[in-house]
Amino acid sequence: MDINKDLVAASATPLILAIIAEGDTYGYAILKRVSELSGGELQWTDGMLYPVLHRLERQGYIEGNWGSSESGRRRKYYRITKQGQAQLTEQREQWQMVDTALRNIWLAMSLPAGSITPIPQKD
Amino acid sequence: MTVTESRDPLEAQIEQWRAYLRRRQAVHPVDVEELEDHLRGQVAALVAAGLSPDEAFLIAVKRMGALDAISNEFAREHSERLWKQLVVAPDISGEPSSKARSEMLVVFTLALIAAVAVKLPTLFGLDFSEGEDLPFYIRNFSFFVLPLLTGYFVWKRGLSRRTWGWLALAFAAAVLFANVYPSEESSTLSDTEALTALHLPIALWLAVGIAYAGGRWGQTAGRMDFVRFSGELFIYYVLIGLGGGVLIAFTIGMFAAIGVDAEWVVQDWLLPCGMLGAVMVGSWLVEAKQGVIENMAPVLTRLFTAPFAVTILVFLATLVWTGRAIDIERDVLIAFDLLLLLVLGLLLYSISARDPEAPPGAFDLVLVLLLISALIADMVALANIAARISEFGFTPNRVAALGENVILLVNLGWSAALYLRFLRGTNSFSRIERWQTGYLPVYSIWAAIVVIAFPPLFGYG
Repeated sequence: MDINKDLVAASATPLILAIIAEGDTYGYAILKRVSELSGGELQWTDGMLYPVLHRLERQGYIEGNWGSSESGRRRKYYRITKQGQAQLTEQREQWQMVDTALRNIWLAMSLPAGSITPIPQKD
Repeated sequence: MTVTESRDPLEAQIEQWRAYLRRRQAVHPVDVEELEDHLRGQVAALVAAGLSPDEAFLIAVKRMGALDAISNEFAREHSERLWKQLVVAPDISGEPSSKARSEMLVVFTLALIAAVAVKLPTLFGLDFSEGEDLPFYIRNFSFFVLPLLTGYFVWKRGLSRRTWGWLALAFAAAVLFANVYPSEESSTLSDTEALTALHLPIALWLAVGIAYAGGRWGQTAGRMDFVRFSGELFIYYVLIGLGGGVLIAFTIGMFAAIGVDAEWVVQDWLLPCGMLGAVMVGSWLVEAKQGVIENMAPVLTRLFTAPFAVTILVFLATLVWTGRAIDIERDVLIAFDLLLLLVLGLLLYSISARDPEAPPGAFDLVLVLLLISALIADMVALANIAARISEFGFTPNRVAALGENVILLVNLGWSAALYLRFLRGTNSFSRIERWQTGYLPVYSIWAAIVVIAFPPLFGYG
């Protein structure tokens, strides 16, 4: 299923922050984790991850450090900062609010018509 | 995955991909490295899943996304990089940085040579702070920098030995004609000497252009690039000049504060050396920033085309309304030459920035209005002058000015005709472009005639 581009973009920041919060990680591993979490449904263009990572780094939410991979090649690892943790908490609350609202409406829609009273329209 | 430094096909493919990515100005080498790590991770995972390295590479690259889109995203996130490009250009662009560094070295060496060259005649007892030697300097100032600028482009474009030889020959001939004619031992320039000094750079600019265009001088696009280069260089030169002016003001002011006279340093060293060195540095800047920031010349053209058109139209209306004649006592011909030159500049830089495929728009109308009004104003002036030209006599200055006026008039007249036909849709815009670029050598040829033929024609006066 294709997920709307705006939705993908909006969810990218909390998703990336949360994955980095799980433990220090690097670009390719982040994408692998995203795919794992969404059962392969959430597909990003790989290259687009990096400008987002750099933005988060500039905003001070994460910090990047060059280390080396298991093969000895240079690799950039990212770690969440205190500021990033705070941002993640805030984003989480916001998404939970959106999620709750959506859950409620999905629930209401699945009930038979007339069983709930809609708010009366003004003329 | 183990790193193999052997040239297996996968490594070669990754190498190619990396080189391609490096050409993007907004993507730094360090980002390329990060992306490459990603690509390798992806390839390794796909190979582990049973794909061949070839297939794995293709899929990994595809998943990475279109490089244009990625570099756009990088540019949006790192917009400052595009500006840094100005200073550290070569490092980020795709060229190997050693070549870029050597270019910088070459340019600054050439700038230094230009600065030293202008002081070299001092060793032979010629000093431009002394009046008698001033004519020598004024006649020859083109030679302190234009050969070096030409040499820079010959080097950069890797021109053939034959072109090289022709350009050297042109400069040698120019040195000869600038200096062989008898000259009076005086501190003032004769008329023909002044004309030579003024026209020599115009004639030699053609040599610079041929070197600049590399092998593309024969093509419209190559010549148009040179037109763009000239305009941008002019703007850079003015900007560097402004900075230099501030430097000079501070130098004199600061040393005056402690009672030391620094004016001679400024006059003998800072000013002449800086003026010539700045040509090299300015040219290099134009080369380095190509395509990074929107060019300035077309922007200024857009701003000033309409105001100039209005000014000339109001001038014409006033002329008709008041019935005044143009005052031909003054050097009105030169003033009108300059007007036509300005209109030509506006036209050239509008053309250089215009998409030839675009349909006629409002700006084109304004431009045609400007062209036609300038032509009418010039013809009124010419008519006034022609009536009395025999009275004035043919001095070298008047003949030169008249020749230039005719050359510009022919160019703009035909341009206006082509432009009108373009507006009516009977010919394509590229006709105007071709006409302008084809006309470029005419200016230099006329300038060469002034340099070569005028002194003997007018008795070296």
